[in-house]
Order: sequence, then structure tokens, then C-alpha cells
Amino acid sequence: MKVKNINDTLVWEWLNEIPDPEIPVISVVELGVVRGFRILNKDEINVSITPTYSGCPAMNVFEVDIVKKLKEKGFKKVNLETVLSPAWTTDWISDLALTKLEKYGIAPPVKGSEDKGLLFQSGPKSLSCPKCGSKETVLISQFGSTACKALYSCNHCKEPFEYFKCI
Amino acid sequence: MELREALFNYLLRIGDSSLIAGQRLAEWVSNGPTLEEDIALTNISLDLIGQARAALSYAAEVEGKGKSEDDLAYFRSEREYYNTLLTELPNGNFADSIAKLFLNSAFFYHFYKALGKSKDQKLSAFALKSLKEVTYHLRHSGEWVIRLGDGTAESKKKMQHAFDEIWMFTGDLFEMNEVDENLIEMGIGVDLNDLRSDWNSTVDEVLNRATLKRPKDEFMQTGRLNAQHTEYLGHILSELQHLQRAYPGLKW
Repeated sequence: MKVKNINDTLVWEWLNEIPDPEIPVISVVELGVVRGFRILNKDEINVSITPTYSGCPAMNVFEVDIVKKLKEKGFKKVNLETVLSPAWTTDWISDLALTKLEKYGIAPPVKGSEDKGLLFQSGPKSLSCPKCGSKETVLISQFGSTACKALYSCNHCKEPFEYFKCI
Repeated sequence: MELREALFNYLLRIGDSSLIAGQRLAEWVSNGPTLEEDIALTNISLDLIGQARAALSYAAEVEGKGKSEDDLAYFRSEREYYNTLLTELPNGNFADSIAKLFLNSAFFYHFYKALGKSKDQKLSAFALKSLKEVTYHLRHSGEWVIRLGDGTAESKKKMQHAFDEIWMFTGDLFEMNEVDENLIEMGIGVDLNDLRSDWNSTVDEVLNRATLKRPKDEFMQTGRLNAQHTEYLGHILSELQHLQRAYPGLKW
């Protein structure tokens, strides 16, 4: 597919079509992994990405998907650059994506609540169960199925659920 | 000593410690005491290996010989590894692994906090990123130290024994040589002497709450700076490097 007038809005739209491989309801843009890009000419583009967690295995999938998508859209050369500063934070997840996460069954991170305490301050005090809405929830483990999630359980509906933890 | 040479060695120290600590923790896969803990330990392992990748790829860039992070991880021998002795010790029982993770995480926590102020922007970005992850590691292991230390008579005995056994490897964490001196002078490296009191207070706070005794600082086994290791490192490397040693350059 060739597009005559490539502009930034269009590229953002394309990137926004790329889903997170683990949480397919949100895109790499909504997650805050794509930090920016620069269209060099009609054939070449530079894209900056940042990892959520240093060891996140999804990063390689993000990279492959971004290159594939932009090549489909007509770029011949896609250069990826990994940037670490400023470090990724859950505050970058868009508001729309937070709603999507909750609908998907993952309790979204509570904005601006990065847990800075060193010991024994395990996450937000009142986290709502994404399944029944109850606030009677309890932390099972700070580490869940992926690096970015913690395990919780609801004392009301008795269902376990995941929480997108704040960093 | 040239800046490049010093920085390369400094990055190897960081990358190697993370890599070996991550590799050791990965041995807990499918062996954790509970499913949640199994997942937690391996999540931490993944963070550490991610940090190792970042440090070693920067090291490869600084070295400027066209190598990759994988070349550095897979094709150096034990006398070319600069990880702390603490990270290479065997996992032992769960209390042993937790004691090791706790002491190591407490070190990295304060180290990355200080390294975040480095004048080398890449190093400081890496440190601030890693700090967020290490904070979770420290909290997780610290909570276990307290739970086990202030737990049953049996768990307390095992937790105390774990600290007593590995304490002599904690001195190695703070050793410095001319590499450090050069980098400190340039505002790039961290003065480990300044970290000691922070590390001590974190460790003491947790040991006190865990009703455990802090072992005495007696003989300290060191060697990291000269890449002199315990017998255990060679064995980990033989496993970690086996595939690339047997089939150099093999790709998925």
C-alpha cells in the first residue's frame, strides 16, 4: 500500500493499530512504548521505543510488529532506537487504555501512585475488583503472569484478578 | 587508564552481576515452594537478565570491537567475568536464596540510586530504569526475610544460618580499585564507600524486624575486581554458555 501524503497523524494511526501481544485490547501507542518517530523521507523513518520492564519478552514482538506494519505502509527502511530515559512509567498509559484494561479484566494502575516506599507498602490500599467492583481485595503476589502485573484476589466475588502495577 | 577501558570494565561488573544473579534465580523455575513464589523469583530473574542485556550491550558499544551483548555473555571465560562473588553462590534452600537476593538487592538499590546521578547519560538512564525494578526485588526479598526470621523456630534457624553462611561474601560488594577511582573523579562512577552506611541501615532494619542477628564482619572473601571467583562460577558458565560454545554463532 502506498500513501502519497504521509504525515505524523497517519503514522500515529498506523502504530496505534499494533496491539500489545500480551494484552491485545491496548496498542503499543496507548501503552506508552512508542516514544516518538521522525519521518526522514518517503522511504525511511526512525522510531523511538522504550521498554516497560528491562526484561520484558514482549519487546522483541513490539519491534518486529512495528517494522512489519510500517513496511506494509510503504516505508522501505524502519530504524528502531531504544531509549531508556525518561524511564517508562504506568502514568503514560492513556486514559482510554485504562478503561480498556479494566473491561478486559485487569485492574488498571492507579495514576500517579508509584509506590515509592522501600519496604512494606505493597500497592494501593483500596483496589477495585475489575469483575465485581468490590473494594475488598487482597494482594496475593507482587509478581504475576508478566513482569508488569501483580496478582490480587477479591474477597467479595472470590475471583482472582491481575493488577497492572505502578512503576 | 583510558576512560574507555575503565567504563568497559565498570559495565562488565554491572552486567555480569545481573546476568549471574538472574541465571541463578532462573534455576528456581518449577522448583519454587509455591506457584506464586516460583513466578515471583523467575520474574525477578527476567528483570535481572534484562538489566544485564542493557549493561552488556552498552559495554560492547564502549569496547568498540564490533561485539554484541551475546558475544560478551557467551564467549568470556570465568577469569574474564567481573560479577560479585555473592551472585554466583549456589541457591541452597529457599532461605539461602532469599538471603542472597536480599543482600544483593539492597546493594543494587543504593547503587542504582547513586548511579542515577552519573554524568554519563546512558549510565544514569539505565540506573534509573533498573532502580524501579530493583525496588520491587528488595521489597519482596525483605518481606520474606522478616516472615521467615520472625516465623517458626525452624524457619528462623534456617534464615539465620543463611545469613551466617554468606556474610563473608558481602565485603566483595564494596571493593574498589583504580577503575572506580577514575570514574568517580569524572563524575561517572559511584563511590562505594558512600553506599556502605545506606546499605547497612537497610540491612539492619530488616534483620531487626526479622529478629535475626547481624553476623560479625570478620574475614571477607573478595576477588571480583581481579575476576577471581569461587569454584561455582565455572559451573554456571558451562551451563549458560554450553550451546554457543558447542555451536558458535548458532541462531534460533
